[in-house]
Amino acid sequence: MFGKLTWAAIPFDQPIPLAAGAVVLVVILAVLVWVVVAGHLPYIWREWITSVDHKRIGVMYTLLACVMLLRGFSDAIMMRAQQAVAFQSNGFLPPEHYNQIFSAHGTIMIFFVAMPFVIGLMNLVVPLQLGVRDVAFPTLNSVGFWLTATGALLVNVSLVVGEFARTGWLPYPPLSELNYSPGVGVDYYLWSLEISGVGTLVAGINLVTTVLKIRTKGMTYMRMPMFCWTTLASNLLIIAAFPILTATLAMLILDRYLGFHFFTNEAGGNVMMFMNLIWAWGHPEVYILVLPAFGIFSEVVSTFSGKPLFGYRSMVLATMAICVISFMVWLHHFFTMGAGPNVNAIFGIASMIIAVPTGVKIYNWLFTMFAGRIRFTTPMMWSIGFMVTFILGGLTGVLVAVPPADFLLHNSLFLVAHFHNVIIGGVLFGAFAGYTYWFPKAFGFRLHEGWGEAAFWLWLIGFYVAFMPLYTVGFLGMTRRMQHYDVAAWKPWLDIASIGAGLILAGIICQIVQLVVSIRNRAALRDLTGDPWDGRSLEWATASPPPVFNFAFMPDVTGEDAYWAMKRRVRQEGAKEPDYKPIEMPRNSPTGFVCAFFATSVGFALIWHIWWIAILGLIGAYATFVVFAWRDHDEYEIPADEVARLDRANLAARRELLTAAGSL
Amino acid sequence: MTATTIAHEIPGLAEATHEGPAPKRIVTGYGFWIFLLSDMVMFSCFFAAYAVLLGQTAGGPSGADLFNLRNVAIETICLLLSSFACGMASIAAEVRNHFWFQVSMAVTCVLGLAFLTIEFREFADLVARGAGPSRSAFLSAFFTLVGCHGLHVSGGTLWLLTMMAQVFAKGFRADILRRLLCFALFWHALDIIWVAVFSVVYLLGSAV
Amino acid sequence: MSDMHDIHQADLAPGDEEQVSVKLRVLGYLIGLGLALLLTATSFFIAGTDLVWQPSIPVAIIVLAIAQMGVHLVFFLHITTGADNTNNVMALAFGLLIVFLVIGGSLWIMANLNHNMMPMDQLMQIQR
Repeated sequence: MFGKLTWAAIPFDQPIPLAAGAVVLVVILAVLVWVVVAGHLPYIWREWITSVDHKRIGVMYTLLACVMLLRGFSDAIMMRAQQAVAFQSNGFLPPEHYNQIFSAHGTIMIFFVAMPFVIGLMNLVVPLQLGVRDVAFPTLNSVGFWLTATGALLVNVSLVVGEFARTGWLPYPPLSELNYSPGVGVDYYLWSLEISGVGTLVAGINLVTTVLKIRTKGMTYMRMPMFCWTTLASNLLIIAAFPILTATLAMLILDRYLGFHFFTNEAGGNVMMFMNLIWAWGHPEVYILVLPAFGIFSEVVSTFSGKPLFGYRSMVLATMAICVISFMVWLHHFFTMGAGPNVNAIFGIASMIIAVPTGVKIYNWLFTMFAGRIRFTTPMMWSIGFMVTFILGGLTGVLVAVPPADFLLHNSLFLVAHFHNVIIGGVLFGAFAGYTYWFPKAFGFRLHEGWGEAAFWLWLIGFYVAFMPLYTVGFLGMTRRMQHYDVAAWKPWLDIASIGAGLILAGIICQIVQLVVSIRNRAALRDLTGDPWDGRSLEWATASPPPVFNFAFMPDVTGEDAYWAMKRRVRQEGAKEPDYKPIEMPRNSPTGFVCAFFATSVGFALIWHIWWIAILGLIGAYATFVVFAWRDHDEYEIPADEVARLDRANLAARRELLTAAGSL
Repeated sequence: MTATTIAHEIPGLAEATHEGPAPKRIVTGYGFWIFLLSDMVMFSCFFAAYAVLLGQTAGGPSGADLFNLRNVAIETICLLLSSFACGMASIAAEVRNHFWFQVSMAVTCVLGLAFLTIEFREFADLVARGAGPSRSAFLSAFFTLVGCHGLHVSGGTLWLLTMMAQVFAKGFRADILRRLLCFALFWHALDIIWVAVFSVVYLLGSAV
Repeated sequence: MSDMHDIHQADLAPGDEEQVSVKLRVLGYLIGLGLALLLTATSFFIAGTDLVWQPSIPVAIIVLAIAQMGVHLVFFLHITTGADNTNNVMALAFGLLIVFLVIGGSLWIMANLNHNMMPMDQLMQIQR
């Protein structure tokens, strides 16, 4: 009746997951009870859960990422703690538990922190920067978010019901095959990622179509903000790469569920083919993550240097070059698997070549800063911190791109340090810069600067203290994922690394405090005009937060840095009130949420082999689509005077600021 | 000035002016086109796996032992004619002719179901002969690649019936016409994939 | 809603064709069908015949397959080289590049890996 699911799935005998799960459940229940009792449920259902507004969906993606950052970081703290104490001892985490923790850490950080963070920021910002009202497919956008949330939910459920994979964040066969991983752990991983992979693909299709087909009048390709170019490149990579992940995980699912022989040791299966295919996805994946971060830095650096971005055309070329070359380097993840010197050499050289366009970008950011009037706000600090840190990480990347060097360093802590260097220094710092930079746009008030700076310094110093020792210990021969070790020379470095983790923890606490303090003081931190940073691109032409339709009148763009030109024109000629017209916007829809509900049921049922629930869930998902397809009214109209009212309020606030500035 | 000059030189950037967001039909069609390309990439993974595992028969039967080219020819004709019928349905929708639309779609459906029936029987027969997907890596790859295409045709048939119902219930409304555009793209793309399947899997496999 | 008639402007949706008469459209599909049938028949014939130099058969079948895909793209999907189709063709080109990289790259890599690796059944025997 319930497949493999029994009461034994709940880890009553393992105190740590049991306690963690209990705490999380209590917190979730408390929040739910508060929401319902305080009467917020209709608001949350109407304004957030069923919203198809790209701004709301972007915020939800980012919120998901931040919450999952806490879970992923808890795993990291546990790993550092274990390695600090497990010298000639078994530590406090038995191997089967430790293996799940590092697997969950990687899976969550990549798929449910980094991806949602960048996708959320792209969703929030890109339509605003393009001067349009929403993305190409708003309801599909909602479906994509909720499917991603489904994946996150399933991974977290594995903490209390069953177990997670013990294979690392990429489930290499034959370990991930049924005879070596007979439990449900790998199945949780597989279905969670297959489902959220659909969500990611949907976001990719949406954003590519938006950038290519939905831009305001006059915004040719070469007048788009740089963040839109990197969004285009990143989402082209999503469309190209995620089908590979889907196919490869599907093959592993077929092996596990139906006895196929893609990657088994028997009957002709080829284990190495898994590595080849999964990294053909895996390498573009990291560029999917870092390209939007590069875009964020372009925006932040030019805004806070008070100058247009240096070398716009070379930036565009560099971005598209990275997009294409990122599909030609994937073998560098398995130099040691034995393809031979010719193959290794070609992929090694390609991996070094891809550093060149990145270098072009760094030089362009530096030249943007040169002779600019730099304001060292929190986003700018994150950007400068990124430049130093990412260069370091990139250099170690070029080092391991040399196959003979990689033969010594593969799967050592040197490698672990390298990829954390580029992902934290690149993606996470970019995400934090974007979060701080666009927070006022999303919510109408700025984040507290002091706590932001404290968080930055703790993160920056904490990162170096946590990861530089790992480079050293990698050179000293330590392999990754070790549950315990006997080499005395490694211990001092791992101890220092634990201190670093503690500093980062302090940084995260500062970020939480920053959020609480900012909400408390939001009146004082209010962004009255919609342009708190004296920005250059069109998102700053809207109110903070923007009305649901973004722009009362879609702007006519005549050059790069469209908003900067608009401000200059208004200062010279004065603002002309547009001819307000009624605006049609897409209706909200529960399709995304309902779809995700069925997806969760199907995923959970397939994991535990409860076939009847899986079938019912699939029928439910199909029915949801039919119901959605059958609706007659997919838009609603905002009357012209409502548009006028909202727009005039913002124009008045901006005029006040301009006259106040002019009178100084 | 220079930005627009460069824009003229680089194909694809060749729009010196931009009139604003594209009409809905183009947006929807393009989005679905990109989805189809992503589907093509997924199929290419299954093709790659098939090519790699081609020789891994684990002492069991190979393609030459198993493939019935007469059935494959019939399947191919069915799918090709169904593509033609789908094209007729597109034209009928364009000129808003309900009768010819439903007839063409029904013919497309029947031909698609014929394809699926033949394929299903081929699979059942192989399994009964002990040449199921768990026999060897080659057979796993074969069943997955061809089966994935069959699953897409099945999903497409379900979509087809839904579109017939939608047009019957609501007529040729603009949003339904956009969905028909997407359906036609999907159905034709499936025939393109089948060309690759019958050529690479069946024809080349039989020659081996 | 009249967005069907906006096809005259800069871009065509993929799958849409220029506004021509019904007769011409049907003719287009008929020509496509005819060509596709011809190419299919040729493929099947070549696969089974002894009349052709044997080593050329795989190449011939692949060339015929590519030709037939082209027929589908042009006559059924209306993907042409016109200016109104540029975006659609660019997207297709990108997709084809990825397909080529994945299949070609995988085949090359796996061939090298397999060449250097001991056959699996021997490897398993050592394990025991």
